[in-house]
Amino acid sequence: MRPLLLLGAALSALALLAAALSLVWLPYDITQHAIAQRLQPPSPAHWAGTDLYGRDILSMLMAGAQVSLAVALVAVGIGAGLGVPLGLAAAAHRGSWIDELIGRGNDLIFAFPSLVTAILITASFGPSATNAIIAIGIFNIPVFARVARAGALSIWTLDFIRAARVAGKGRARISVEHILPNIASLLIVQGTIQFSLGILAEAGLSYVGLGAQPPTASWGRMLAEAQTLVVMAPHVALAPGLAIVATVLGLNLLGDGLRDALDPRLRGRVT
Amino acid sequence: MKGRGPDFRRYASPPLTPRAAQSNLPGMGRYFLKRIATLFASLAVASLVIFALIEVVPGDPASFMLGINAAPDTLAALREQMGLDDPVWLRYLRWVAGLMQGDFGQSFTYKVPVTELLAARLQVSLPLALLALALASAIALPVGLWAAARRGRPSEVALMGMAQLGIALPNFWFAMLLVLVFAVKWRLLPAGGFAGWSDPLAALKSLALPAVALALPQAAILARVLRSALIETLGRDYIRTARAKGLSRAQALSRHALRNALIPVLTILGMQFSFLLAGAIIIENVFYLPGLGRLIFQAITQRDLIVVESAVMVLVCAVILVTFVTDLTYAAIDPRLRRRG
Repeated sequence: MRPLLLLGAALSALALLAAALSLVWLPYDITQHAIAQRLQPPSPAHWAGTDLYGRDILSMLMAGAQVSLAVALVAVGIGAGLGVPLGLAAAAHRGSWIDELIGRGNDLIFAFPSLVTAILITASFGPSATNAIIAIGIFNIPVFARVARAGALSIWTLDFIRAARVAGKGRARISVEHILPNIASLLIVQGTIQFSLGILAEAGLSYVGLGAQPPTASWGRMLAEAQTLVVMAPHVALAPGLAIVATVLGLNLLGDGLRDALDPRLRGRVT
Repeated sequence: MKGRGPDFRRYASPPLTPRAAQSNLPGMGRYFLKRIATLFASLAVASLVIFALIEVVPGDPASFMLGINAAPDTLAALREQMGLDDPVWLRYLRWVAGLMQGDFGQSFTYKVPVTELLAARLQVSLPLALLALALASAIALPVGLWAAARRGRPSEVALMGMAQLGIALPNFWFAMLLVLVFAVKWRLLPAGGFAGWSDPLAALKSLALPAVALALPQAAILARVLRSALIETLGRDYIRTARAKGLSRAQALSRHALRNALIPVLTILGMQFSFLLAGAIIIENVFYLPGLGRLIFQAITQRDLIVVESAVMVLVCAVILVTFVTDLTYAAIDPRLRRRG
């Protein structure tokens, strides 16, 4: 039917399942080192091989999926939770000082180099998954605010909104009861895009040592540890990279597919 | 859109560039004044935010410089010398006044003026960003044009599939693979380090792999934006007119559609440039390049706060100024954008 949407959904589901499964079961214990087994290439016993400490890479990937997805998902939650109300308020008061203030605030956040600021935040307040979430989440706020404002503005022109106004409903109530449900599909699509960007950002932060700390497994730190081993054992560097690419690709295809399915007018447009 | 009452223009579709507020008075003069005012306001707020962010960073630079065994009176003397005991507002004003005069202060760890440090690092970061941007455009332009011209054909599907893959690629992982292939296996290019511009060929060789690693994901984004902007423009009436006049599809594409599709593309390019300047931070770490990103990264870990403060401010200023110039240029070219305030 829609092959790319299905592929995207399948890849995203795979990542989610791996993360969920890792909560209750892993093929191998990743807290134990087994130096005798170190740097083994992929085999029937270890599908993705083992790392420098003899840990099973597949198990590490599954546990790492948990962190990556959780960080990116909560960061999307922060962005949508704060950004959408701001965007709705700006659209409801179009042209007023509220709209102006929110618009300029968005511009200001966009002017900050996101990666540098995220590194500044995580380095200042200590490297941890929580601080990575905050650092990534802050930059999601203006994205959701803009999408919500733009979407809401076009809904405000429609006749049923006039009817609601005539019926005496206030701007806030109209925003929540009528505008929000009508821009939900836009927000879901943007959410999947920010979700995938969040996974890339988390990988980058933990690659430079500012994400989740050991012993928590994370894809970015697996890559950092693999960097010096890439010549000896390329599989150690390949597996986490492929996991990131597959998850991000899956989410992007899912977002594109959902956009086309939910709103045919937007088909083929780049967000 | 007819029949929605006389008022519908006020609620017309959302702007291409999401600028807030609607001015009822058109005209370049008013627009310019308004943009200038917001430019200065943005710079002022940005400086406040950066200063505040640095202010809450735990760790005292003076004790960091002297180590944990420093005598209390030495520490006090150094704090005094660095002006750390002055009230917050005084330190902020002193910093801003310095910035305006081009004096960015003295690095705590390197003991040289921050301006000197920034200038030295920009010699790596600026060429790297420009190289990556040129490479990204050189890839994205033909790919975007081809994909738009061959819409729906297998070659378009293949190209856009590759673009999706390019977007999903973490650039530091791609960088590792490049090193593995081009530096380790084939020994064509250095795996890292930068020896300076005294030997330009060697310098370019050191920047080649980082530039490719940075450019490919950017090229994928750019190609997608260009393709969709072209497709949207190709649906316009004036393209139909051009075709009716006898222009071939390719001629209409290159003479009329491309020029109109360039506005969103240029916006993205502007954003990408500032991203590349600062966002190379991780790539610079992979390749051990002494660039701006690595300077900021090291300064953060060494609590060399004045360097962090000034370097981030320079980057933010660059972004704000680029946005300002782009907005003005667009408004000058396209009067429709002026009304959007």
